[in-house]
This record gives sequence, C-alpha cells and structure tokens, in this order.
Amino acid sequence: MATLSFRNVTKTYSGGIAVIHGIDMDVGDGEFIVIVGPSGCGKSTLMRMVAGLETVTGGEILIDDKVVNQLEPGERDIAMVFQNYALYPHMSVFESMAYGLKIRKFSKDEIKRRVDAAASILELGHLLDRRPRQLSGGQRQRVAMGRAIVREPKVFLFDEPLSNLDAKLRVAMRLEILKLHRRLGTTSLYVTHDQVEAMTLAQRMIVMNQGLPEQIGTPMEVFDRPASTFVASFIGSPPMNLAEVSVDGTGLIKTLDGTDILLSSDRVPQQVRNKKVVLGMRPEHMVLHARGLQAEVEMVETLGSEQLVHMRHGKTQLVVRATTRELNEAKAKVGAIIDIGPDDRHALHWFDLETGKRIPGL
Amino acid sequence: MVERRPWLDILAHAILIIGLVIVAFPLYVTFVASTQTAQEVASAPMSLIPGPHLVDNYRQVLFGGTGGNNGAPPVGRMMVVSLIMALAISIGKIAISLISAFAVVYFRFPFRMFCFWMIFVTLMLPVEVRIAPTYKVVADLGLLNSYAGLTLPLIASATATFLFRQFFLTIPDELVEAARIDGAGPLRFFRDVLLPLSKTSMAALFVIQFIYGWNQYLWPLLVTTQEDMYPIVIGIKRMISGGDSVTEWNLTMATAMLAMLPPVLVVILMQKWFVKGLVDAEK
Repeated sequence: MATLSFRNVTKTYSGGIAVIHGIDMDVGDGEFIVIVGPSGCGKSTLMRMVAGLETVTGGEILIDDKVVNQLEPGERDIAMVFQNYALYPHMSVFESMAYGLKIRKFSKDEIKRRVDAAASILELGHLLDRRPRQLSGGQRQRVAMGRAIVREPKVFLFDEPLSNLDAKLRVAMRLEILKLHRRLGTTSLYVTHDQVEAMTLAQRMIVMNQGLPEQIGTPMEVFDRPASTFVASFIGSPPMNLAEVSVDGTGLIKTLDGTDILLSSDRVPQQVRNKKVVLGMRPEHMVLHARGLQAEVEMVETLGSEQLVHMRHGKTQLVVRATTRELNEAKAKVGAIIDIGPDDRHALHWFDLETGKRIPGL
Repeated sequence: MVERRPWLDILAHAILIIGLVIVAFPLYVTFVASTQTAQEVASAPMSLIPGPHLVDNYRQVLFGGTGGNNGAPPVGRMMVVSLIMALAISIGKIAISLISAFAVVYFRFPFRMFCFWMIFVTLMLPVEVRIAPTYKVVADLGLLNSYAGLTLPLIASATATFLFRQFFLTIPDELVEAARIDGAGPLRFFRDVLLPLSKTSMAALFVIQFIYGWNQYLWPLLVTTQEDMYPIVIGIKRMISGGDSVTEWNLTMATAMLAMLPPVLVVILMQKWFVKGLVDAEK
C-alpha cells in the first residue's frame, strides 16, 4: 500500500526515439489506475519504468515518496502480473508463488501461510502441486496473480493480463481482479488496450496516445467529457461520431463537404460560432426521427437487444446505437433514408479542428 | 498415407533386419572371439558359438595384462583412465559452455559479439590444424602424461556453447523479468531457473561428449608416453601388434568388449533424457 508519483517522466531510446514525452501524475494510496491506449502508445513502457525493467530517461518515479529510478526491480517492493503469465515451467504452483519469498528469506512457516492464503482467495488450493503445463490459461493467470499477492507489495503492476484469455474468461477474470482490489486495497497500475477493461476496472485512468497522456480522469469524466478527439473516439464502443463542420454566426452547421446538420441554435454555443470545429455525438446518444441530419442506412449490425446502424451523410460516416424495437418502428433497413439527431438529454462535444482538443468551457 | 501393401511391409522389415545384422554381426563375432583361446580364434574359420573361456579371458585382461610382448598395462587401469578422461571432458565441457553461453546471452559487455564470433570461428578450424600448437603449449606447461593434459584442451568447446546459446535464446524474456521482480540476481537466476530448464540439453550433451571423450585417440596418443596413462582405445591398438609377436586376439577382443560397455551403459541410462533434449520444446 503506497502512493505512486510520476514527475515529468520521459523515455527516449538511444538513437533519439522519444517514446514518452512527459507524464505527471500522483496516484493515491490504494488507487486502481489504468493506463489505456492503442498499441505503441507507450503504456507498457511506462509501466516497465515503474517496475524497473526500463530505465527512466528524464524525470522521477516515486513509490511512497521515495525516488526509485536507480533501484533494481527486486528492491522496489512491487509485484507484476505478465501478459504471458511468465510462470517458471519447472516449478510447481506452490514453488512459483513461494520463489519471491524464498529469495527474501522468509521463514518456511510464513511462506506456507501466505501461499495458502493467496491460494484460497484465488481458488488454487487443489492445484498447488501442479506444473504450469498442467494448467489451463485461466488457472495460469490466477497463479501469476497469486505470485504477486503473496509478496504483499507496495504496488501491483498488471501488464495486459487478460489479453491471452478467451472472451468469456476475460469477463470473469475482470470481476476477480475488481474483487481482489476491493479486498486487498493495494495500489495498482493496470495496462490494457481494451477500453472496456479500462472503464470497468479503473478508479482513474490515463489515456495515452503516442507517448503523451491525452487525459487523466475517472472513467465517467473520460466518457462524459473527453479531452480530445482521440479520447472521444477511443473510449466508448462504438466510437463517438465525429464530424468536421463549419459553424456560421447564426449557429448554422455545415459539414465540410457541404451538407447541413440542423440543430436548434441554443445547442450551438457561442465559442464555436464562426469557426471550423469537430462535432462529436455518441452513437448511443443519438435518436432516430429527430432533427439533425438525413442519412442513408448502409449496414446494420445486430447485438441482440440493440442494433448498430451504420449510416452515411454526405461523406460523413455515422453510427447510431438503438434498441431493436426503435429500429423496427423506424423501419430502418439498408438503403432507407432516416432522420437522426442528437438526444437532447446528452451534451454535444466540440473539439478544435486543428489540435483535436476539447474547446475549453464546453 | 501410403497404401498398405503386405510386400512393402515385408521389404521394410527385411531391410531393417539386414541393416541390423550388418551392424550387430561384427559385435557378435567380437564377443564370441573373446570367449575362446587364442588358437581357436586364429584358426580360420572361427567357430561362431561362444566358447567356454569367458571368465578366464576377462579376468586376465582386467588384471593381468596381455603378457610381456606388447607391454599394454592391465585393462582395468586403462578403463579407469578412460573413464576419468571422458567424465572430466563431458562435465568440464558442459560447465564451461553453460557459463559462457549465459554470459553471451544475458549480459551486455564490450566486445560481447566479438567474443561470441571468435568462439564460433574456432569451430571452423579442424583438429589437425590446432593440434601442433596445442601440443606445444601443453608440453611447455609440463602437462604431458597427466589427466590435466589429457582433458583440458578438449574441454573448451564451441559447439556446446553454441547449443546452449541457442537454447537460452528461446527462454522468454518475461521469465527473466519475473525473476528480477522476484528479487533474483543473475547467479540466482542461473541456478534456480536456467539450470533446471537446461537439464535435458545437458543430458543430451553429456551423452554425446562422454562418447566423444571415451573414444579420443589422436590426442591421448600425442600427450601420453607412459603406459599407465593410456586410455583404453590406445590400449586396444597396442595389443594388436604387427611384426614378430603373435597377437592374442581373444584377449584383444575381450578388451574391445569391455571398452564398449561404459558408453553403451551411459546411452541406455540417459536415453530417456537424450531424446527429450533433442526434441522437447515445451515451455
């Protein structure tokens, strides 16, 4: 249990390739932080710097207010759960979990106590004598977590631990991790590219893009008020509809390829008038047969109780998420032209066209 | 799937049996010859049925030597020399190449790749090229007629280093990282993780190197001049004298049989691990 701090942390590989451009963040004691972003954004690198597996080029990382830049991984009092589990193939489950404690010269009794406790939390009690090759993927992942738990470290690090599991198991393990955190309360850093995992697990998340933290906030903050078009299209499935538009003085909106988007002028704030901006509307915040724009249905993906309707308005592609009943009533079949518009109960999102950043104050 | 025709099966079996006979027959003859008296062996054709002198012949070669003419020492002594030599070479080779492969794969130091390629280049030098300089060095160090002289030059090996290097490269980086986070230093990692995982490779290498060391002829011939330091393969050659004295073939054959025993035993005992080491890819 500890605080974790990043102070202007940067990482540059020899050869001049900068992969992390400056992260500043304070993680409170017991917080569950998710670092989320697409492949190559630097999230794994950031976590490996916390672990000590990568050197820090600039800035400082502090665990419990102590600078750990120069410490070896084994000296930082952290534990890590790897994507590929990284279990020792020749050791039994018990031995794998006990290894870290054995090196630190814990007594046999203490080791047994801790391993048994972790095994009962993770329901591994009957597997303690097995080798990794005799375990299923989910069991191996739990052993990997058990190995981290017995150490009772200051910080847990999770490196995309669920990526190698099948979809159903992933959902179950997500819940396990959540329960574990509630039970143990250890400060945790979790890396994933899956925004669903990020949303469900995080108390706060860092959305990263190409080495820069695009937004740091709670899941609802990131969802309700994305700080940039990148965050807007990354969080939320399907991604937010983004349209490049120009707004005139009266609040009339035209997409850049000339088609109209009709919104009542009280929904168009002063800051965006007479400007070219990006308008964002979430698929689930759009309704059929509403004032907005006319679009042609190109494809319908069914999810069961809901459907994703892919539509085209001029050159703009949009997705609307609606219940099956609404769609049947609207007779939305491929080729149909339907009016769609934003739901009045939800905010519109406005972003600067050049920078992609959210227009301040909106 | 090839069509099943009975005569193909018969043909396959026939070829295998013929092959087996070709390989095994000389061994059988050797065994038979080792159980007879010298005259019976020398008279042609030699009977193919084992004779009654098995115990006598073997006792004589193990403890008594082959009689004055050829001057070979008791086979028992030579077997011991061969055994020590083979064990020293195989164990030494495995130890050194494990450590050098470990250094090359897991550490960054200046001239790392240069060192590796230098080791690799020595593979390309045939023994005959290296043997004269090696002899000079060993002689200058005063290591002639000693176990050190017999084994040391043969312990340094490029093939074994290469084998272990390739094996170590297949170990996932995450395993190393997990060990680092667990708090294991390099030597700890070597002992607790690398060595157990290398067991099958080590077993395979041990078998190969033991047989290699046991069968060494050229180098021991150069390095030893005293009879009590002869390995067994040299002893066998010494028994087959040319010229004036009569070779006691029965005793020579008995010696040959004895010489074959330890390698066969090693292969049989390590068989399980030998195959596993060459084929196994389980992580």
